[in-house]
Amino acid sequence: MAKVEEILLETPVDKKTLKKLEAGDMIRINGTIFTFRDKAHQKAIEFYKRKKKLPVDLNNAVIIHCGPIAKKTKEGWKIFSAGPTTSMRMEKLEEGFIKYSNISVIIGKGGMGESTAKACRKFNVVYCTFPGGSGALAASYIKKVKDVFWLEELGMPEALWVFEVENFGPLIVTIDIRGRNLTEEIKVRAKERISSYIK
Amino acid sequence: MKQTELEQIITELIKKTEMFLPDEVVSHIKKAIKKETKIGKTILQSILKNINLAKNTHRPICQDTGTLTFFIQMGSEFPLRDKLKKALLNAVEKATKEVPLRSNTVDPITNKNTGNNIGNYIPYIDLEITNGRDCEITLLAKGGGSENMSKLKMFNPTDSLDDIKKFVVNHIVEAAGKPCPPTIVGVGIGGTSDLALKIAKKALLRPLGERHSDKTVSKLEKEIIELANKSGIGPMGLGGKTTVLDVHIEIGHRHPASLPVGVVMQCWAHRYGKVKIYGDGRVEWPR
Repeated sequence: MAKVEEILLETPVDKKTLKKLEAGDMIRINGTIFTFRDKAHQKAIEFYKRKKKLPVDLNNAVIIHCGPIAKKTKEGWKIFSAGPTTSMRMEKLEEGFIKYSNISVIIGKGGMGESTAKACRKFNVVYCTFPGGSGALAASYIKKVKDVFWLEELGMPEALWVFEVENFGPLIVTIDIRGRNLTEEIKVRAKERISSYIK
Repeated sequence: MKQTELEQIITELIKKTEMFLPDEVVSHIKKAIKKETKIGKTILQSILKNINLAKNTHRPICQDTGTLTFFIQMGSEFPLRDKLKKALLNAVEKATKEVPLRSNTVDPITNKNTGNNIGNYIPYIDLEITNGRDCEITLLAKGGGSENMSKLKMFNPTDSLDDIKKFVVNHIVEAAGKPCPPTIVGVGIGGTSDLALKIAKKALLRPLGERHSDKTVSKLEKEIIELANKSGIGPMGLGGKTTVLDVHIEIGHRHPASLPVGVVMQCWAHRYGKVKIYGDGRVEWPR
């Protein structure tokens, strides 16, 4: 049974602490998170394949599928809105990314498919949902922009942003390290229900 | 009224639309919170928190500020008719910097982002010429996640309304958490292929809770709402009673050989707004 209380995790997240998490649990994150969207996934995988060093250390890291709205001010970058984007677009790339990077937590929305669930089981990773569309709320937990890479080349939404976050959540564990996939389970049940209502 | 004033009004419309949700959308979300438990409730509560935060801190509700779609009804004698297009484009560019909006205008061949939300055919401008001297501009800001869940099917004219119902409900279930449910679903029945999708998009602009004036269509709307919510997909596809906030159907006359059906989904962050500019310069903000 999923726990009701929220569990606070500090980054980098030790893989051992992921064992106690089950699909349906709620967590929050303290520390550093890295944004990776479509292009950044592709670029990172290319780096790994060519044995080039990434500009960030992703060992046991937390990544988020997100393309923020940022504005440069005198005091540095300011994030206006930064919720998750649809994770399923990264489905084809995620397994490879997980394998190379040794990340611990993925934050996104909308759920992910079989290949990611398999990789989560094999490499001990959890995939969490942040409420989609809640860009202003997400931005309120971002305390600082620590860095940004590939901005010129990929543009603002696709760049690799490094955020310092406090109590980032709520995050609902959607795929756990046993590979249980909540959104898939719910979709299968929904299809069964609908086919019993409409003949 | 000068062009710069017109520009200012449209900039204001974009800002308001991106930062404040229409009251009836918020009240539908509040009602849904009462029905949900556990995960569904937590998600909707966070969403409500986000709505209030965006409103109070003047930030865009979602980082995907969408493709800006303007539905315009302009009187043929509207005094600023020759300035309207220029004013719209300038306002989009200005709002992109000031709100700020994310630039969502990418060349599909070179993948280059124009950086100002202006490009070929974008912003989307739908112009209808009416009688008189007034102009009403409705803005719909629609994100990529929900837009990717659009669907068109060319039915056989002998197919039944039940077949259409099944198609729409199955699509809502298949889309699951991807379009950020609870969604508002627009359905266009009839017209041509492109019209079916266009009237589906226009149907989103009907206030939530309002049914189609035709009895048969209104019944079909209610049946789709009931089935979608019984599916259990729930907020963000993580389970619950609220998969859709509403379903709006619009109908168009079809060719005897065709029966196109278009489905367009909008996320819970249903950002739309209106401004009416009268021929004498008065400005009204109907919400």
